[in-house]
Amino acid sequence: MRIWIAHHSDAAWHALRKLAVAPINSLLYLLAIGVTLALPAVGQMLLTNAARLTESTPPAPQISIFMASRADSKATKDVSERLRKHVGVKSHQFLSREETLSRMKGNPDLRDVIDALSSNPFPDAFVVAAADDSHLAMEKLADEFRKWPNVEHVQLDSLWVRRLDALLNLVRTSVILLGVLLGGGLVAISFSIIRMQILTHRAEIEVSQLLGATDGYIRRPFLYYGVLLGLSGGCVAWLLVGAVTLWLRTPLGELAHLYDLVFSLQTLNPRDSALLLGLSASLGWLGAMVSLQQQLGQFR
Amino acid sequence: MICFDRVGKRYPPGGAALSELSFEVSEGQLVVVSGHSGAGKSTLLKLIAAIEKPSSGTILVGGQNIGSLSRSALPYLRRRIGIVFQDQKLLFDRNVFENVMLPLSIAGFPQRDAAQRVRAALDKVGLARREKALPIMLSGGEQQRLAIARAVVSRPSLLLADEPTAHLDRETATDVARIFSEFNHVGVTVLVATYAYELFPATQHLRLDHGRLLQ
Repeated sequence: MRIWIAHHSDAAWHALRKLAVAPINSLLYLLAIGVTLALPAVGQMLLTNAARLTESTPPAPQISIFMASRADSKATKDVSERLRKHVGVKSHQFLSREETLSRMKGNPDLRDVIDALSSNPFPDAFVVAAADDSHLAMEKLADEFRKWPNVEHVQLDSLWVRRLDALLNLVRTSVILLGVLLGGGLVAISFSIIRMQILTHRAEIEVSQLLGATDGYIRRPFLYYGVLLGLSGGCVAWLLVGAVTLWLRTPLGELAHLYDLVFSLQTLNPRDSALLLGLSASLGWLGAMVSLQQQLGQFR
Repeated sequence: MICFDRVGKRYPPGGAALSELSFEVSEGQLVVVSGHSGAGKSTLLKLIAAIEKPSSGTILVGGQNIGSLSRSALPYLRRRIGIVFQDQKLLFDRNVFENVMLPLSIAGFPQRDAAQRVRAALDKVGLARREKALPIMLSGGEQQRLAIARAVVSRPSLLLADEPTAHLDRETATDVARIFSEFNHVGVTVLVATYAYELFPATQHLRLDHGRLLQ
C-alpha cells in the first residue's frame, strides 16, 4: 500500500511538473482543450436558461373556442352546457364579446383602433382547459369542438410553447451531438499530446522497463498527465462559459424586458459544472490510455 | 543460481546466435564470458535478464524458468538482477543521483532510505562528489562507474555486465574490474561479458565461439 501511494504521488507530481516545465506549450494545449469543450458547454448553458425561461411562462395548455358572430345567447348557452358535461373538459371560462371589447380598450396601443370601429368585432368565446393536456388529446378535442354548431374557430393556445419545446429538443440533441463530436476531439488532442510525450521519454521508458518497471509504473505519469490536461482544459472551458454568460447577460436581459419577462442569464449550475469537469478529466484519461496502448506496444 | 540446458537462440532470418548452450553458475561466482565479436556474449546476458527469450532449451535463474515467465512477472525478476549495459543506457537529462535513484523509485523504496542507498552506491564507485553532475559532464570511466552504481543500488543477488571495460584505458578498466571484484567478494554473483577477461579474477570462464561453448 505504501509503495502504491508512493508511486501514485510520484506520478501525479511528475505530471504537474510536465505541465509547469513548458508553460507556453501547456497554455496552448489547455486553450485548445478549453475551446473544444466550451462550445458544447455554452450550448448546455443556453439550453438550461431557455428551459428555465419556458418554465417561468407556464404553458397551461388551453383551447380557445370562438363563436360565430351570428350565434345568439341560446347557442352560446348550448355550447357552455356541452362543455360542462364533456368528460374531456376539465374547466371552461366564458368570455363575452363585450368583455373582450372592454379588455382590448384597456390596451392603450389598441384603444384608438377599437374606438374607430362602428361595431364590436369580437365574438363570444370560451377558454377550455382539457382533462388530458397531451398534444394528441388536445388536438382531438379541438377537432370535436370545430364540428359543433355555431362554432366559428377553434385555436390551440399552447401551440407556440410546443413549438418552442420541439425547438429546444432539437437544440438539445444538437448540443449532445456536438458534445460527442468535440469530446472525440478532446480524446484526439490528448492522444496526440501523450504520444509526443511518450516519444520524448522513449529512452527513459526503455531503461525503466529494463530495470524492472511494471506497465503500471510506466503508464501512471502519462495517465495522470492526461487527466490533468483534461481537467485543466475543463476549467478553462468553465471560465469561458462564465465569460460568455457575463457578456450576454445584459443584452439578453434587455431583450427579455421588451417581452415583459424578467430574465437573467445564469452560468453553468453546480451539476453541469461537475459534469463538465468530470467528463473532461475522463476524456483526457481516455486519450492518454489509447495513446499508451498503441505506443507502448511498440517498445516491447 | 543460473542453469542453461541446451539453450539456443535464433534471430530469423539469420543463423543461430547461440546453439546447444549448457552450463551452470553457482551463487557467489564471478564468471567471465569471452569470445570474439558476434560470438553471442551479449545475447547470453540478454537471455539471463529475460530481455530476450530462448528459441530452444531451458534457462533457470534463481530457480525460475525464464522461457515460461509471464509478462507481468518479468519486472520482478529484473529487479533482482543488476545490469550494466554495453551502451550504459544512462538518462542524459537526469543527474547522477537521479540516474542511480531510478531502480529504487521503480521498486517503490521510501525516499529517505533510497537517498541513503544511492549515496552509498555512489561512494562505492567513487562518484560521491559528482551526484549533481549530468552524465554528459562525466568521463567515459565515470559514466561506466555510474552505470555500475545504478546496477548495484538495489543490492541485487546477480550482477550482469556487458563489456564494462570497452573504450576505457587500461588503468580505468582495471579500476572498473576491481569494483566488480569487490561486489563479488560480498556475495554478489557476477557475470561479465568482456574481451579483457584477464582483468577479472574469474572463478569460471565461459568461452564462446559462433554461439557455441568451447570446452
